[in-house]
Amino acid sequence: MGEHILSWMTFFPLIGAAVIACLPSGRKQVIRTVAAVAAAVPLLLSVQLFMNFDRASGALQFVEHYTWIKSFNIEYFMAVDGLSMPMMMLTALLSFLCIFASWGIEKSLKGYFAMFLLLETGMFGVFCALDFFLFYVFWEVMLLPMYFLIGIWGGPRREYAAIKFFLYTLAGSVLMLLAMIAFYLNVADPVTGGHTFNMVHMFDQNNHSAWLQTTNIRHMLWLALFIGFAIKVPVFPFHTWLPDAHVEAPTAVSVILAGVLLKMGTYGILRISYPMLPDQAMWFRYALATLGAINILYGAYCAMAQKDMKKLVAYSSVSHMGYVLLGMAAMNSAGINGAVLQMFNHGTITAMMFLCVGVVYDRAHTREINAFGGLGMQMPRYFSFFSFALFAALGLPGLSGFVSEAMIFIGAFPAFRTITIISALGIIIGAAYVLWMLQRVFLGPKNDKWDNLPDINAREMFTLVPIGILVLLLGVFPMPVLDLMKVTLNNLIKVVAG
Amino acid sequence: MSDQAIITAAISILLLPLLSYTLTFFFGKKLPRKGDFIGVTLMGIALVQALRIFIAFWKIGDPAYRVEQSFRWLNLGDNFRLDAGILVDGMTAVMLMVVCLVSFLVHLYSTGYMHGDRRYERFFAFLGFFTFSMLGIVLSNNLFFLYVFWELVGLSSYLLIGFFFHKASAASANKKAFLTNRVGDWGFWLGILAFFTACGTLNYFELFAQVNAGAIKGPLLAWAGVGLFMGCVGKSAQMPLHIWLPDAMEGPTPVSALIHAATMVAAGVYMVARLAPLFGPEALMVVLYVGAITAFITATIALVKTDIKRVLAFSTLSQLGYMVMGLGAGDPVNAMYHLTTHAMFKALLFLGAGSVIHAVHSQEMPEMGGLRKKMPITFWTFLIATLAISGVPGLSGFYSKDGILGSVLAVGMVKGHYLPFILGITAAALTPFYMFRIVFLTFFGKPRDQHKFDHAHESGWAMAIPLMALAFMTLISAGIPGKTADKGWFSKFAAPYDVAAISAQFDAKQGGGELLVASHEAAALDGGHGETALGEPVAAHGEAAAAHGEAAAVPGENLHAEAMPAEGGHEAAPAHGEAAPAHAAPANAHGEAAAAHGAAAGGHNSHVRHTAHIRAMIMSIIVATLGITASWWTYHKLRVNPAAIQARLPFAHKVLQGQYFFDELYAATIYRFTLWWSMICAAFDRIVIDGIVNGTGYLTRLVAWVSGQCDRYIVDGAVNGVATVLQGAGEGIRRVQTGRIQTYLVYVSASVLVLIVIYRVL
Repeated sequence: MGEHILSWMTFFPLIGAAVIACLPSGRKQVIRTVAAVAAAVPLLLSVQLFMNFDRASGALQFVEHYTWIKSFNIEYFMAVDGLSMPMMMLTALLSFLCIFASWGIEKSLKGYFAMFLLLETGMFGVFCALDFFLFYVFWEVMLLPMYFLIGIWGGPRREYAAIKFFLYTLAGSVLMLLAMIAFYLNVADPVTGGHTFNMVHMFDQNNHSAWLQTTNIRHMLWLALFIGFAIKVPVFPFHTWLPDAHVEAPTAVSVILAGVLLKMGTYGILRISYPMLPDQAMWFRYALATLGAINILYGAYCAMAQKDMKKLVAYSSVSHMGYVLLGMAAMNSAGINGAVLQMFNHGTITAMMFLCVGVVYDRAHTREINAFGGLGMQMPRYFSFFSFALFAALGLPGLSGFVSEAMIFIGAFPAFRTITIISALGIIIGAAYVLWMLQRVFLGPKNDKWDNLPDINAREMFTLVPIGILVLLLGVFPMPVLDLMKVTLNNLIKVVAG
Repeated sequence: MSDQAIITAAISILLLPLLSYTLTFFFGKKLPRKGDFIGVTLMGIALVQALRIFIAFWKIGDPAYRVEQSFRWLNLGDNFRLDAGILVDGMTAVMLMVVCLVSFLVHLYSTGYMHGDRRYERFFAFLGFFTFSMLGIVLSNNLFFLYVFWELVGLSSYLLIGFFFHKASAASANKKAFLTNRVGDWGFWLGILAFFTACGTLNYFELFAQVNAGAIKGPLLAWAGVGLFMGCVGKSAQMPLHIWLPDAMEGPTPVSALIHAATMVAAGVYMVARLAPLFGPEALMVVLYVGAITAFITATIALVKTDIKRVLAFSTLSQLGYMVMGLGAGDPVNAMYHLTTHAMFKALLFLGAGSVIHAVHSQEMPEMGGLRKKMPITFWTFLIATLAISGVPGLSGFYSKDGILGSVLAVGMVKGHYLPFILGITAAALTPFYMFRIVFLTFFGKPRDQHKFDHAHESGWAMAIPLMALAFMTLISAGIPGKTADKGWFSKFAAPYDVAAISAQFDAKQGGGELLVASHEAAALDGGHGETALGEPVAAHGEAAAAHGEAAAVPGENLHAEAMPAEGGHEAAPAHGEAAPAHAAPANAHGEAAAAHGAAAGGHNSHVRHTAHIRAMIMSIIVATLGITASWWTYHKLRVNPAAIQARLPFAHKVLQGQYFFDELYAATIYRFTLWWSMICAAFDRIVIDGIVNGTGYLTRLVAWVSGQCDRYIVDGAVNGVATVLQGAGEGIRRVQTGRIQTYLVYVSASVLVLIVIYRVL
């Protein structure tokens, strides 16, 4: 597997999905096991990737480069660099754990796991595709299983949520598609002179045609790409699909949605928009920082008002992704490294939160915050886990979220002083909604209604413990992840900010 | 002790409580006695280590001596890195002693006090974590890690204040503590960002060097200083963020002792003292006033409270106000001195109160009385602490509080800001009054609740030993302040940052009209370092002391000329070494003028300082006497009826009982606004933003429906219409084709006729 490690990672889950599709639907345990194996292999491969990744090099690594559709110069071009590495690791880890978080799914298990594994293929593909067309294909491939996962296995309003998610994302994709075609037609392959989807060629401004160098055109292309990605992040005001999708999606799907899918938006901006249109990135940075600040505060305030735990966590994602935007806009080392680290950390932390919400929902069949109270006495171990996740979310030092938020602020302060000062209010409001929820669910007198709730079980702990350890380790020693990304990102800053 | 040994010992002190936390948290339940011995033992070892460091620094006897070790924690290549590091100097050594001692005693005491609690092992785990966090603050050598541990202290307090979280009040109190602190941390964090942006480093001594070099100045320095101070306002519970501390009484009493004495609230004062050179004159003025107002208003509230722990809580607030006032007066040394002495007697007071509460199962003083005979150890130790906090000469509180008041008065005399001193001395009169009120109501007189009295008994040894130990520390922590400064033990430890040299230089650079005021002020602040008799470190240096008169404006030079060689091989930035020459030989004319003026004013002001100090001492002895007498007259002799006074002044009583209605004010404004605003945001999100999305969806469906209808009736209608017309036409025309000859003949004839008519007519 050494040579084609990225392809194996990407397509192994697909093989798993195919196998599952052939199994009789009655053999539930077999289906689960196959799914677990299909997700475990990429996880092991990601460890191999982590070991062998050359941290001193900013170049693309583990490259697989073949012609795919010759007449349109479409290539099968897969590789990773410091930007995609953390995302690959995150995807591999969360997908694997989510298989176990889905253990209790009853309704057509076969379809569920097949869809889930197909989704995993799409996610890996997005993070390592370097041909724009290929990227787009994976981007759309992801959409379909997600639609079904929400629409079939979701809550009461699942159809509304699924359609909303699907159409919203598709609307963004259309803009991205237009931009992609514009690039395709206006970027020349330096060797053959023909059109190309190769992103590396697109990064090189010398390959851009005269039309593509017109400022107005570049503004429009930037905006088209930005809106496409912004919907995914989601950036205010394109965020309302998120709470609906989260509330309706089953736990594991929420975890993937918030943990991985949202990152594709910011990943796309950093992977595609920044290097292809560096001057526009500079032009847009104040707007980006402002949107970041709005996301942080608006998301936090909205979270505070929620009555449903899952919705609260969903809005907290809006808020936390705002930090990513702010850090990206800063265009300096601390800011951008902080932003990518925050993408990773938010993935792990929010995953813990969704898993924790899932635990109580499975038992009590409600997520209404005010329905609980005093659960700390009833479920002490669960209380510890959830508190851990919540304190990580509010940026407690010693846990990973703090490091990335601190780096983002350190980067953003010299770049945008006022915006940073206002954004920093997020640390107060963030603490407020988190602690308020903690109080209403776990503290205070116990609600007798929940006298029979059993504490968290071994399987649930198995999904939480690895993430928890990671959150703690990266809070104390963040360098293992920063080492992966820093060379690539520092190069990116040189490209964009000069 | 070698430097390396000091560092090793310091690291072990930091890690021991963490180890205690880990072991107790994960394995406590399975161990005998639920593992409480782990905490006590490990803290005992930490205390021994702290003592070793303390003795080492005692022997070194140089407050500027420091040992520092850093390692790279975060490195992103050329342009961004952050270090973690340990700094041990005299100030650290004292704080290590204070924290470890109080924590050890609280651990010991808790084995008795918390006995039988359901989450006993958790309590010990959290105590360990709290101690660890506080030690992190004390040992850190840079602002980033100071902030890290600062937040961890916040977490620890959250866990411990909310220890009885099944009580609704505890569940609100811990959230309130954390959030109020976060408000302060917002400013603190921004202050850190400002310093980091301007100076490119967060290491204390590198920062001082950068500030000296003018890397950050003007309004930015002032605001950054105020930002840092906001952190202190939160953690050290200064007005207007003091509201969390009284509520923090919801935690078990040993926790209160820990919070009020050695951890948490001490952190804020320690931070400002440690970072004193980063505060410009404007920021210091804010500090001074905040401290003074806090000291005063909280002392007045303490007069009317009846819950013994609450009175002590407000007394803590008041004493913290003193410390902060001292910091604002440019006298971090006395602030730290007061912190140290206060830690001992306040821990003692809380543990004593805990002992009483444990005995009578009530916190209300009206239900106590006459406990003196029943609880002799508690009584006598409590009395010692009360005498100390009241400022009775000979006991520690007198010297430290008096040092602060002297400095505050000196600032008043030089700059005309007398209000802080007036507030301070008034609070000094109120302190003995309300403290002796506790003593008289609790231990003297007749028992007011016979049932509770009958069940009361002296606490066991686990609780009594800490009381006696702390009483002993209260007695000796005054040390031998002596008549002259160079005899005070504290002067061997408190690192005498030269705030004055920095602010004078800073102002000298600004030049112009501010010059005179600035140097004047700087000199006044210098006086604080150089001249105050008790426990002042600067004077401890022979040369500096000798140079008082003419060189008050440049004590930094003397001081740091000494400090430099002492630093030896440590890679510390020569912050003050740079400051002093710059000050002594200013580069520009303004600077020279400032220095010259400073020297003149300094001579004058050191005299002022001396006068101020003597006056403050006399006044505080008078007010302490008055306070104690009044309390004795009212609560022991019962010659004055407090109820009658309350009845006479209902409004004042209501305001005091309501704690000046800060909580109500915040509830009506900030809380309500925040909630309202969050509702607005959520509603906006649901109705407007999502409305647009759903509206777009609806609109799309509407357009689709319309186009569907069009398709059906117009487009398809046209197609079908053509067909219908053609069909109809066909139907019509078909009728013509009858197939009969007669009919055709008629058609032909008619046609011919028509044609003829047409031809003829046309």
